[in-house]
Amino acid sequence: MPDTALYAPATTEGASVVSRPDVTVTRAAPLARLAFRGDATAAGKAGAAFGASLPMAPLAANPVGQRAALWLGPDEWLLLAASGTVGEEVPWALAMTLCDEIATAVGTHPHALVDVSERNVALIVSGPRAAALLNTQVFLDLDEGAFPVGQVTRTLFTKAEIVLWRTGPETFVVECWRSFAPYVEGLLANG
Amino acid sequence: MLLISCPWCGVERPEIEFRYGGEAHIDRPAQPADLDDHQWAEFLYMRSNPKGLLAERWRHVHGCGRFFNAVRHTVSDRFVCVYKTGEKCPDLEALAREGAQ
Repeated sequence: MPDTALYAPATTEGASVVSRPDVTVTRAAPLARLAFRGDATAAGKAGAAFGASLPMAPLAANPVGQRAALWLGPDEWLLLAASGTVGEEVPWALAMTLCDEIATAVGTHPHALVDVSERNVALIVSGPRAAALLNTQVFLDLDEGAFPVGQVTRTLFTKAEIVLWRTGPETFVVECWRSFAPYVEGLLANG
Repeated sequence: MLLISCPWCGVERPEIEFRYGGEAHIDRPAQPADLDDHQWAEFLYMRSNPKGLLAERWRHVHGCGRFFNAVRHTVSDRFVCVYKTGEKCPDLEALAREGAQ
């Protein structure tokens, strides 16, 4: 799987958190983000409406163009979507459209769909030392044999909960809650 | 670092991703209103507290978020096996005879 087209570097001031020859950490431009919970039937209908099927295999991600569905739990997924134009604002129109389409498709089948576009921010960690930098705070084996490209998991970044997605051999995306971002960025800058 | 296997994720993860959930397989009474105070206290507070193998609930709170059950040795802190909620409790006596420490 190539590096995902979903994440673009943010254009705002201070978007570059770490800039070293062997590793860079960059804030990503805002995306539309949806938290979806439901059973396999609901997930099937939601995937068809979303444009990227919701993976049923543990720790799997399904990026399709400017959409991605990330497995977080047996009944929980994080849905990401980019509008195609990099801006400083969350693509609200896209988020609302997706919300409406998925809710219509799933209908009365029990499910939960929440717009969490403003809750998360993403950091792109890239370079030969990306895994080593993350391993200063993330207690997972990030060797490619144990954490292959495409794998996604919720885990801990010292005390902050993050979603860690390996989008390339030397590229990771850290999705963390907005209020935890200064903490995560600070530790990465000092790591 | 203690590694715990999550039956939902299918991988081993560090202990800090998990929360302990007490003894497993404690059924809530079908008719709570029919219980007297002593029986209710038995259900709420009394646990087996063995020195040896114990079936426990654990939650992968910083991972998939799901509860599962695990058999752990309360002296050595060793995890003998994990299984999903709803699955049958393994035979603890048989596991002990097999020498699960």
